Amino acid sequence: MHTAEIAQLLRLEWQLDRRQKHVWGSMALYVVSTIYVCYHGVRHLTDVPIWNALFWIILLFAAFNALGRSFQREDAGRQLYLYTLASPRSVVLARTLYNALVMAVLSLLSLAAYALFIGGTPMEEARLDIFVPVVVVGGVGFALVLTLLSALAARAGNGIGLMAILGFPIVLPMLLSLMKASKLALDGLGWNVTGQYVLWLVLIDLITVGLAWLLFPYLWRD
Amino acid sequence: MKGWWWKGLSVLLLLYVVFMGLHTPLGPALVHTSIDRIAPGPVTVEATGYNTHFAKESPQVWLENDGYRVCATAVTVNSDVAFSAQFQVPSGMQANLTSLWAWSSVDGPIVLRDAFFTEGLGQGMQGEGCAVGTAERTGFSFPNRTILNETIRNLFFHVPMWFTMMVLMTIAFWQSLMVLRTGNLDKDQMALSAVDVSLLFAVLGLATGSIWARATWGDWWTSDPKLNGAAVSVLIYAAYLILRGSVPDPHKRARLAAIYNIFAYVLMMVFLMVLPRLTDSLHPGNGGNPAFSQYDLDSSLRAVFYPAVLGWILLGVWAYTLHLRTARLNSIADEANDR
Repeated sequence: MHTAEIAQLLRLEWQLDRRQKHVWGSMALYVVSTIYVCYHGVRHLTDVPIWNALFWIILLFAAFNALGRSFQREDAGRQLYLYTLASPRSVVLARTLYNALVMAVLSLLSLAAYALFIGGTPMEEARLDIFVPVVVVGGVGFALVLTLLSALAARAGNGIGLMAILGFPIVLPMLLSLMKASKLALDGLGWNVTGQYVLWLVLIDLITVGLAWLLFPYLWRD
Repeated sequence: MKGWWWKGLSVLLLLYVVFMGLHTPLGPALVHTSIDRIAPGPVTVEATGYNTHFAKESPQVWLENDGYRVCATAVTVNSDVAFSAQFQVPSGMQANLTSLWAWSSVDGPIVLRDAFFTEGLGQGMQGEGCAVGTAERTGFSFPNRTILNETIRNLFFHVPMWFTMMVLMTIAFWQSLMVLRTGNLDKDQMALSAVDVSLLFAVLGLATGSIWARATWGDWWTSDPKLNGAAVSVLIYAAYLILRGSVPDPHKRARLAAIYNIFAYVLMMVFLMVLPRLTDSLHPGNGGNPAFSQYDLDSSLRAVFYPAVLGWILLGVWAYTLHLRTARLNSIADEANDR
């Protein structure tokens, strides 16, 4: 484990994204325009299960869109350069961590936009101290699972299309527990009920990071 | 011919399973009564049995309410599967629901639990009421359960399909690990063949499960954690095949497919183990529903179920080796054609 190397790589990611501001803009625009399209379809939603399901579907697609580019932006030359500089495990950990941060921000942003357009009525009764962490844990979980798959799809030379095919079945069980947990939080139930779902999601996240750490070196070398 | 004994064993086991599984009769049971409500006073009940032998020996018939028994005053046997019984129902029975029992030395004690809604409840009765026969029936048969009925035989086909699928997926997982360790293309071929055959068994498992669900739950598909888990595993391995299809270079394909297989297999196992325990499920073995082993899988079912599991797994492994040999021969033929 090279903490310094990971920190360095994280800073590199941040600088790259700051230099290409359109990346952030495109992610935000994707979420906002999706929500706006939904708004024209449904106007204000007050029904809790549908409100909840629509939110997670939007966030899922936003995650696929945001993380699909995670390994796409490198051409072969720069990848080789990075390969000579850093160990693959540091690269994957740094990128996973960075994607997790991006998705944490993006999920909160989505929630704000969603509440603004589709309506926040279902959140009035909710335990927000549970609902908001569940949303963040969900966004971070998507990031962790999809980072390795994004690398895989990029190596296969087949972008977001392949990533969606590889990712959906793996994300699906996670999505089911997320929907369940956030539905419970929206219904105003406490930690004693939702706790086991959150715990279970954190467990999946840890396993995913462990697998990515183990497998990425094989993906990296050509 | 060294090393083929297990193929013969799988064939023998499966012949035994098909013969015993389909030929063994279900045990006798009472399945229907003409009325579903009794009140104090004289009552006549027409009852229908299944696989019973009333004509051979007239059964002793009684009602049971909270441990208290009321024997029939007269029993008329209409056929092997139908009798009509007259009761003098006392007032003062305690429980809401009364069961109907019948006993003969041929069929042993059989019961339709909670057959009647009881009117005119009271404080309950002292003692046990009349004395009845208790000798068990002899002979080999499968338990006759309400709702399950004849579909209980599906146990020997539906459940082993998933066991076989798991075994083949584990073989594929192991070969994928070997691909990453050695970069051997033949290991990749082995993983692919195992996935192919395991998908076949998954489809068979879904089909048999769907038929069973229709017969017992009344629907071809329900949203159930166990069923979602099954659907997810099929989708994951379909995605595995698509990933392979999209990479032309064989060495790169082997590595990428192995990485996805390992990643997906571990996560899938976690989902399959943990997810059904988090939510309610209709499926046996989850959410408060005991698995067959806890109360339903009696010794006669075990005598066929365990051979069925072993037989199907051996057949699956055999199918895998055949598929692998075909694939290897095809790749040799391709190379020869290229030359």
